[in-house]
Amino acid sequence: MTHFSKPNVLHIGVLIALVALFFVLPPYHAGNLSRIMVLTIYAMGYNILFGYTGLLSLGHAMFFAAGMYGFGLATNLGGVPLPIAFIIGVVSAGVLAAVVGALALRTVGVAFMIVTLMFAQTAYLIVLYFGKYTRGDEGFVIQQAQRTFAGFDLTSETGRYVTALILFSICFLGLAHLVQTPFGKTLIAIGENEERARMLGYDTTIHKLKAIIISGVVAGVAGAAYAMLFGYVGATFATVQYSILPLLWVLLGGAGTTVGPLIGVFFMFYLIDFSSSVTTAYLLVVGVVLVLLTMFAPKGLCGELRRRVFPWLP
Amino acid sequence: MVAVNILETTGLTKQYGEIFANTDVDFTLPAGKITALIGPNGAGKSTFVGMVSGRTQATRGRVLFEGKDVSHLPAHKRIQLGIAYTFQITSVFAGLTVHENVALAARRTFKGDASALDAKVQAALTRVDIADRANQIAGDLAYGHQRLLEIAMGLAQDPKVFILDEPTQGLAESEIVNFIALIMSLAGETTILLIEHNMKVVMEAADFITVLDHGQILAAGTPAEISKNSAVQAAYLGKSNA
Repeated sequence: MTHFSKPNVLHIGVLIALVALFFVLPPYHAGNLSRIMVLTIYAMGYNILFGYTGLLSLGHAMFFAAGMYGFGLATNLGGVPLPIAFIIGVVSAGVLAAVVGALALRTVGVAFMIVTLMFAQTAYLIVLYFGKYTRGDEGFVIQQAQRTFAGFDLTSETGRYVTALILFSICFLGLAHLVQTPFGKTLIAIGENEERARMLGYDTTIHKLKAIIISGVVAGVAGAAYAMLFGYVGATFATVQYSILPLLWVLLGGAGTTVGPLIGVFFMFYLIDFSSSVTTAYLLVVGVVLVLLTMFAPKGLCGELRRRVFPWLP
Repeated sequence: MVAVNILETTGLTKQYGEIFANTDVDFTLPAGKITALIGPNGAGKSTFVGMVSGRTQATRGRVLFEGKDVSHLPAHKRIQLGIAYTFQITSVFAGLTVHENVALAARRTFKGDASALDAKVQAALTRVDIADRANQIAGDLAYGHQRLLEIAMGLAQDPKVFILDEPTQGLAESEIVNFIALIMSLAGETTILLIEHNMKVVMEAADFITVLDHGQILAAGTPAEISKNSAVQAAYLGKSNA
């Protein structure tokens, strides 16, 4: 594979576009885009597990929340320096993913969905139970003074955008590379036909566990980044809604595609943004659009593009 | 029989509830030969090779591979030892290219060596004569070509024992002729355990035949011995002609 292969050009093009957009967009939209990039990291983590490995988790909010609370509590209660707090957040998510994965992988199919859902619900209740520290539903704010790094203010519009873009780029290129490696191809094979992969001599359980850990770590990066850049940590992010959102984003954008998660988050974000400026019944609009998309583009926007126009789409 | 046995089973039994799919099967697979496993529908052939490959958990009994007891190994460990398995129902990775399908099969043995892997994939695809379709999506292939792809995926693993579960099912007559030539060319390189309904294939290709009926071995021997065996004629050939 050459360095100028179409997928590589596409990935670099996406990053260049995101850099350019910062200079072009008015502040409101640039702010939105920072948020979109962080949420896309979350969606990309989800995509590794759902889109490539074929495991449908309904509990990813717990990994996002683990990253968020790992970072937030370390900063707020521990007074830990920002980069270390960030690592604590990511490691928390990874450890949680390893434990939950090891247990949940004893089940398959619908049972796997339910078990992950239940674990996430437990995680949410734990956040509420330790309300003394987590401040429960109300959540807590991370002070501006704690959100600077090496003299760089992460609360400024530029600071946010640059940080979000850097983290996004690392995850985006890293995961795009991962799915091209033999390990990534094996995950895709497991997603396609697990029994066949097993009968080619692959330990599919270990592969699936690794996929869950990678997926959880990336979700944790997103959770920690969200708290770091937007300064708020709250139990809402551990609710089932935040487990369903990445599924929707990935389905809309195109499961098992590298740019699908970005398209999905972007589309959904602006669909809500636009429809809520027009009508108070914006959820109705969102619902109708989602139904139409699933009817006419069941493989998501990128999946449909790949099927019809660009078969090389990674 | 003077041949060395690469694979043996003793007392291999599978019980589903009250039903015995296989009862105390003592089976030997001579190395480097083609052995066919035949029997009427429901005789327990697929269950038997499932237990050999590890796909199906045996209720009791032992599987010896190269003299070592592999009864407690999970399927992927047995495959890693050198047992390749092709599915009765075509089971390729439909969304991936033909090349990637075979690469997935071969990659375990070629970790990190991309050019050797490529050569292996090419060789396997050439052997089954679908090298010109390497970049097609496997799911888009015609049925016969998918079956050949399955066999290429097995070959690419350089198996010591190659289990083929009804490989000619659904193939056209002309494709079957090619298939017989293909597996006969493999004899000596590998050991083949062939589950097959098509008697022409069995009689032409097999060195030895084992007949299963009601989950038990009814007879075992060369094609000539089996075709003369009256118990086999009564239980199997007679019934299937009816």
